[in-house]
Amino acid sequence: MKNSYHIDEKGCYGEFGGAFVPEMLQPNLTELKEQYLNILEDDQFQEEFQDLLKQYVGRPTPLYYAKRLSETYGTKVYLKREDLCHTGAHKVNNTVGQILLAKRLGKKRIIAETGAGQHGVATATVCALMGLPCVIYMGAIDIERQAPNVARMKMLGATVIPAKSGSKTLKDATNEAIRDWISNPTDTHYIIGSVVGPHPYPDLVARLQSIISKEIKKQLLEVEGKENPDYVIACVGGGSNAAGAFYHFLEEENVKLLAVEAAGKGVDSGESAATSILGKTGIIHGSKTLLMQSKDGQITEPYSISAGLDYPGVGPLHAHLFKSKRADFVAITDEDAMKAGLQLSKLEGIIPAIETSHALALLEQKTFKEDDIVVINLSGRGDKDLQTYIDYFKY
Amino acid sequence: MNRIKKRLQENKKILSIYFTAGFPQLDDTTSIIKSLENSGVDMIEIGLPFSDPLADGPTIQASSTQALKNGMTTDLLFTQLKSIRESVNIPLVIMGYFNPIFQYGVEEFCKKCQETGIDGLIIPDLPLEVYQDEYQTIFESYGLINIFLITPQTSTARIKQIDEASKGFIYMVSSASVTGGKNDFSEEQLAYFKKVKDMNLKTPQIVGFGISNKKTFNQATSYAHGAIIGSAFIKFLENKKDSVGEFILNFIKI
Repeated sequence: MKNSYHIDEKGCYGEFGGAFVPEMLQPNLTELKEQYLNILEDDQFQEEFQDLLKQYVGRPTPLYYAKRLSETYGTKVYLKREDLCHTGAHKVNNTVGQILLAKRLGKKRIIAETGAGQHGVATATVCALMGLPCVIYMGAIDIERQAPNVARMKMLGATVIPAKSGSKTLKDATNEAIRDWISNPTDTHYIIGSVVGPHPYPDLVARLQSIISKEIKKQLLEVEGKENPDYVIACVGGGSNAAGAFYHFLEEENVKLLAVEAAGKGVDSGESAATSILGKTGIIHGSKTLLMQSKDGQITEPYSISAGLDYPGVGPLHAHLFKSKRADFVAITDEDAMKAGLQLSKLEGIIPAIETSHALALLEQKTFKEDDIVVINLSGRGDKDLQTYIDYFKY
Repeated sequence: MNRIKKRLQENKKILSIYFTAGFPQLDDTTSIIKSLENSGVDMIEIGLPFSDPLADGPTIQASSTQALKNGMTTDLLFTQLKSIRESVNIPLVIMGYFNPIFQYGVEEFCKKCQETGIDGLIIPDLPLEVYQDEYQTIFESYGLINIFLITPQTSTARIKQIDEASKGFIYMVSSASVTGGKNDFSEEQLAYFKKVKDMNLKTPQIVGFGISNKKTFNQATSYAHGAIIGSAFIKFLENKKDSVGEFILNFIKI
């Protein structure tokens, strides 16, 4: 049987996915589940969505042929410039779509979780655009280490609430957002930032991000005369930019998909976020997926220098791509990622987000053929990471 | 007969207490259970602590974090409870999130529950449909009753579906919120209690979330068959100014 890389009628990707949520969330999720496809496929929605993507986000983003990087590695490297999206990362593709969805669902208030703050900023941005009140949950520890993004969210009119429970990072911010949704079940829409969480979120977010691979196909056809590259490379935390970059290639089995996770200080160091290697099947935030946890099923705290990859789970689509071997999963250390980030800055004049630097580091680790077409999803720009780069390279 | 069913057949308002295993001290589990039974409590929910308790408010979250820090594990809980049935007769229910049970092995977990004398399970993040498709047969073969939740947002149709699937009681969540006490019930909450009462379900309902004093206990039990006190008891355990008996008396004295 041919593998399917999309959800089945129960919201599962193979053995992963589903909606393991308390009864308190069933009405909200049922409403969303019953309506999201109709809304997404509605002509008026699409018109409004595409218009905002073009005029507000700045799409299509370029597919840039990175000449000096290509020369260095003896292959053809294209960078999908999601870093040029408004707010500086791919995250906004999803928030623009979900805010339009929320309005059609008649919701009056928006909540979201954020780790590094990129999704929080992208959510606060579209809430400002639509004039909706916005509450962002962010781990107390992340608030300290991501001060500029906290300020941006506040400038955009959002309320930022520190998550003080558990380990005080992204997973706890997500818990707090879910608790908020439990307590505000009728008027509030929860904009999840990645392809994680209970069904239908992984599919919803993947569809909204799929614009990335749709554009890649069109753009490659123009410059290379064919739609399909040999490789698509993307970093994976929860996995939204990878889901978007892979989406229209999932069934094209001759396109190799490379998912890059954060090895942190090394996969065996005890300080890592390489979920596919270190995780076991479990339940996190309402989804059955690969998950870093103790023997006893307590969720453990991951580590990566990049806050955006610092998540103990992975979207169920990616767990399925890993298990079915449709995608290859590779783990890149802090050190290799930082080097790759610096290299891109010097060779191409682009300072990437540290998340993206993990994907770029694969060029050094893997050998590509001269005529291979390698597309790397440049998911975000590095402005938010300047302090980390400065501290690391002692500028 | 399962102790939960037996207790529900008695014509009595059920006072059920939740506590987190391993809190405040790692080895408090059995002494808390015994003193609750001696104080006249009708049923106990033993919380299996989890790192990420989605449906719980700050009080129970903090108790879970502390219990895990103290060293509580699934195995240790079963060890602590090994001889509990030599001295305790009231129904005992384990309340926990699905992941630790899933990692333990659902069948192994159920088997241990039966050996220990556990009567039922409350697993908030195991939805009805998944339970029925994958786990009901296992639970039932070990004599365990699975308890489902309803909330003010649960549709009438789904309440009926849950009633149909229930074997013990329905855990009626009092409000759209996570666990944790408020001092009073609103008109809307009372209207919801009445609506459910008037549905004349086959399964008795026990109200949980927001039962913090005698007033809320009495209000809840004037509509439902009983009420569950969780966060208020955890707060009591934190301070422990009185004995367990005195805490319980606050709810049941006339």
